[in-house]
Amino acid sequence: MYAGIDIGSRTIGFVVVSGGQVTYSSIADTGFEPLNTAKNLLTGKYNRIVATGYGRHAARSAFAHRVVTEIKAHAMGAVHIFPSARTILDIGGQDTKVILLNEHGAVIDFQMNDRCSAGTGKFLEVMAAALGYPGIEDFNAAALAGDNGIKISNMCTVFAESEAVSLLHRGIPREDIARALHASVVERTAGMLRRIGFNPPLVFTGGVANNGCIITLLEEKLGTEVLIPPDPQLVGALGAALAAQNDSAVG
Amino acid sequence: MNNYQEMWRTLGLNMEAHDQLLQVLPPTYHDVYLTQANRPQGMEYFDFVVNEIHGLRIQELQEHKKAGGKVIGAFCVFVPEEIVRAAGGICIGLCSGVEIGTAETEKVLPRNICPLIKSFMGFKLGKVCPYFESCDIVVGETTCDGKKKAFEILNDYIPVHVMETPHMKKNRDRRLWLEEVRDFARVVEKATGHTITADNLAKAVQEVNNKRRALQRLAELRKQDPAPISGKDSLLIEQIAMYDDVARFTAKVNALCDELEEKIKAGQGVFPRKTPRVIVTGTPMAIPNWKVPHIIESSGAVIVAEELCTGLRYFENEVAEDGQTKDGLLENLAARYLGINCAVFTPNTGRMDRLLQLVEDYHADGVIHCALSFCDPYAVEANRVEKTLKQHNIPLLKIETGYDQEDSGQLKTRVEAFIEMLG
Ligand code: SF4
Ligand code: SF4
Repeated sequence: MYAGIDIGSRTIGFVVVSGGQVTYSSIADTGFEPLNTAKNLLTGKYNRIVATGYGRHAARSAFAHRVVTEIKAHAMGAVHIFPSARTILDIGGQDTKVILLNEHGAVIDFQMNDRCSAGTGKFLEVMAAALGYPGIEDFNAAALAGDNGIKISNMCTVFAESEAVSLLHRGIPREDIARALHASVVERTAGMLRRIGFNPPLVFTGGVANNGCIITLLEEKLGTEVLIPPDPQLVGALGAALAAQNDSAVG
Repeated sequence: MNNYQEMWRTLGLNMEAHDQLLQVLPPTYHDVYLTQANRPQGMEYFDFVVNEIHGLRIQELQEHKKAGGKVIGAFCVFVPEEIVRAAGGICIGLCSGVEIGTAETEKVLPRNICPLIKSFMGFKLGKVCPYFESCDIVVGETTCDGKKKAFEILNDYIPVHVMETPHMKKNRDRRLWLEEVRDFARVVEKATGHTITADNLAKAVQEVNNKRRALQRLAELRKQDPAPISGKDSLLIEQIAMYDDVARFTAKVNALCDELEEKIKAGQGVFPRKTPRVIVTGTPMAIPNWKVPHIIESSGAVIVAEELCTGLRYFENEVAEDGQTKDGLLENLAARYLGINCAVFTPNTGRMDRLLQLVEDYHADGVIHCALSFCDPYAVEANRVEKTLKQHNIPLLKIETGYDQEDSGQLKTRVEAFIEMLG
């Protein structure tokens, strides 16, 4: 029994593997005390625990045996699910990463967004609230139904929010604004992918990979299919669990 | 510790601000330096120097001044310290590696300018640096536009002599630079009241060369695996090289090297054998800017060389000692200094060749390019570095960061991921 825990800014994912198979998984909101939330997720006895995510070092001092970065964890997790993966796009609560793999699934390059939340899950959440959608799912569904007519020119979360609100005041249909906001995230993401020189197959992980509108727009923009794992939010934790299992295999 | 309050007051320091500065330093130093495992004994001296950074050394400068000597400050490794020494002066590298007096500084400088420039202006305006306050003149250079223009403003507060450093290495640039070196000699003669002669210049050249040789010896030892000394300690020594007493510093570095040679013979090191080895390159890291090296070495890699001005660029070339006349020696000096691979040169292919050579000589697994935010020369040149390293399949991580700590978490993730990639 090998456990992997991914302590992100928004959610904490937990995965247990045994013999290369996932035997248990769970997910929780990070909350105000990430370490406590994390500890509560550990329900059994594990031979080894590997932590990843921004809270990995805190977990290392508290209970984990080792840490790996989100980059490595996502790479290991994604390759486990899609062995042919050559590029991984991970959009989480507060950052976006692009990871390039070689034909053996090893990381050869990566990029992370800068210090702001533009283009991340947080960005979409703020916009859903600004447009008055009760939840992120309603926002996604509306965006799928919206038209492509308009463009949001600001990438900064704060300015994009006021831009969206003023469009609303000018009587632009809400769905169209929702669509434009999704398109702006895709625009930014596609730029990052192109800058690093991505290769297909492309695997999309992290919370935003549950967003059907982003997937559709991304596939259109890149002209390639985007592979989505069954639980995109748990890929990091899966990778960490696999790292724990590998540790024992070598020593 | 001695009580230096009186000395600081006489120097005109802003005591309150200075206290604040001193309060940040020791804890940082403790966390970054004193917690390292298996540190060589010889580091004791350098710890002592840092501990006394505003104490003993400043006292020495004051004694020197009382005896009629002059102190000259510099911000760049282009300023030939040999000339200052020949005329009996002391040359001090002014550090500027910490954000200070930001509000004051932003009254005279734009907000979006490199932290190094902001920092030296902040040191002066805030009156917190006893080195700065000990200087009779400071020497600027025209390496980058930001500095060039900032020196005009700095001149409102302290006399600044600016050397025109060329941006190319053609023959006419060499002639220009030689003229600048000769001018500088005249400026120093006037400031100190001492004549520079073939004899005192030859002696100064030799002394400074000895310092460079000691640093080269240290650098050479770092080719070993396991690494006998950490990159952080090496950087610290290189930073201290710019302001400590030349002869004493040289002796201490050599003593440290003796110890390291013993350790190497015994197969001992500060990191386990096969620890991933990286080379750091980019904008110089002035004391106490240890952020990136600390992140690297606490993430499971060892820094084996610094292709920086606070590193190899400072000591790798020696001045030819064969000059018989004062003019001959000045020519040798000018030639040595123009060999520096600063990113303000175009083209700067020497830096690319040097990096490739270093990766090979030091058995490095990867290179981390670190440019200060808004440092155009290095941030842009990162593209050339990337191209060169890619052609040779050498992994590279590019970082741009300032003196703030806000991005530490993200930097740590990127550096760790890079090291995982090497391992
Ligand atoms: S990088 Fe260039 S300008 Fe800066 S210290 Fe080095 S030589 Fe001088
Ligand atoms: S070369 Fe770069 S770091 Fe140095 S002063 Fe100019 S902009 Fe700043």
